[in-house]
Amino acid sequence: MDRPDVQVEGIARRFGATAVFEDVWFSVGRGEFVCLVGHSGCGKTTILNILAGLDAPDDGAVIVGGREITGPSLDRAVIFQSHALMPWMTAAQNVAFALSCRNPHWNRRMCEDAAREALARVGLAHAADRKPAQLSGGMKQRVGIARALAIQPRILLMDEPFSALDALTRGALQEEVSRLVTEAGQTGFMITHDVDEAILLADRILLMSNGPGARIAEVVVNTLPRPRTRAGLHHMPGYHALRDHVLDFLITRSRDFEATNPPAGWSARAVPELRPAA
Amino acid sequence: MQHQVPFWRAAALSLLILAVFLGGWEAAIRAAATASGQAVDPEYAALMGQAAATGGQSAMPAPSDIAKRLFELLRDPFYVRGTNDQGIGVQIAYSLLRVGAGFGLAAIIAIPLGFAIGMSPLLNAALNPFIQVLRPVSPLAWMPLALYSIKDSSISSVFVIFICSIWPMLLNTAFGVASVRREWLNVGRTLEAGPWRTATRIILPAAAPTIVTGMRISIGIAWLVIVAAEMLVGGTGIGYWVWNQWNNLSIADIVIAILMIGLVGLALDRLLGLLARAVAWSE
Repeated sequence: MDRPDVQVEGIARRFGATAVFEDVWFSVGRGEFVCLVGHSGCGKTTILNILAGLDAPDDGAVIVGGREITGPSLDRAVIFQSHALMPWMTAAQNVAFALSCRNPHWNRRMCEDAAREALARVGLAHAADRKPAQLSGGMKQRVGIARALAIQPRILLMDEPFSALDALTRGALQEEVSRLVTEAGQTGFMITHDVDEAILLADRILLMSNGPGARIAEVVVNTLPRPRTRAGLHHMPGYHALRDHVLDFLITRSRDFEATNPPAGWSARAVPELRPAA
Repeated sequence: MQHQVPFWRAAALSLLILAVFLGGWEAAIRAAATASGQAVDPEYAALMGQAAATGGQSAMPAPSDIAKRLFELLRDPFYVRGTNDQGIGVQIAYSLLRVGAGFGLAAIIAIPLGFAIGMSPLLNAALNPFIQVLRPVSPLAWMPLALYSIKDSSISSVFVIFICSIWPMLLNTAFGVASVRREWLNVGRTLEAGPWRTATRIILPAAAPTIVTGMRISIGIAWLVIVAAEMLVGGTGIGYWVWNQWNNLSIADIVIAILMIGLVGLALDRLLGLLARAVAWSE
């Protein structure tokens, strides 16, 4: 990867004198899938909102495709935790609305057809004319995914998109998202606190220490070969080492990490990359 | 949560209550008539002529008299025999026209202005003191000012309707627009939807149920106020008609007018209820 797709350079968010997080540096390569894992309150969602352009950092900058971002863009689609569908539109209309924003010269018919196609890709062709109130939680989230993917963004940002779903639905959707993002060659950035989800989807896992003053403490490279499936994941060699490493971080190291007295070899700009599964 | 009762049971009870009420009324009037019928001094009767035949009898009509009168009025509701003698349908039409004009004008101004107030915290803070002071003023208090400056009684009553129906619509629109979910606005922002598209495709449908509730409150108030306004300014309208019948002491006509005002008010509310159902959404 010659130049990363997303470069996060020293961003910080402060409330008065206390920083939720600061001096956060990382990058996401073109076509790479990165998961950010950390406890509540370390500012994960804020970081995602900053990447989306919905929020601005108090310090630092985010560079996407060689330019500093100043606001939201159609190139960076967001899959929201709460699906964020408009309840007065049908599933197809929700997707068509996104398409009409992406392609202002398309007529209603074209948007509608493309929306149905996008819904068919997530297995919702039969529910295209239903309102969100008539859909299950998993189906709503699928519509949200279809909406984000339909506009063919370069980068897909996901804020714990599956956290409100039951385990079975979650597993199915994770594999679907993984397949769709890989097919489209998109760059993915996902926030999660589900370790298995991170191991299933991510090429690299960013581990964040606890706030206030949170930092990226470690970067874990996921060396497990693709394709990975939810069912086969825990039989892969190296899986347990990887999982234990991330869990140990969440349980103890996330709390013990001190940016003023960091472990040997750590620096905010070049966080050490670990390969526990290799 | 109440049990769902079968429609016919509720309807039967309603009819029973109505029958008891009307029957009691009818009986009371008849009893009063027989009791006081012959109590008039014959000489007084000779002096007063025809009026004495009904003598001390009350002007209060029995339901059967009212029904007869109602039939007469509804047989030809739209006649016009000069400025002071027009059918009840014509009078109601005048009132509806004034309410429609005042309410329509208020909607044209209140909804866009409410939109702006809901979107802009600055505008909200700046206009709030004016709204808070003007809103509790009885719309009829504006009448002298309207008559003085407009110099036309009919337009003045339209203005009074305008001023009384603007507040609920303005406040509800502002509130509805201000409380559109952040996440929907964020969806619009990430899709780079422009201000016009965001306003028409996201904010307006999201706030529509609240806006229509405001319109429903407004039309109710407008229909209350038009009767009083027309009593004041006179000329035409159901309010004027009621006052005219009071001067004629035709209580039957007044009772009929009350019934008609109630029915038209109900119809107006139902109309807005249909609109509310059309824009409703649920999650």
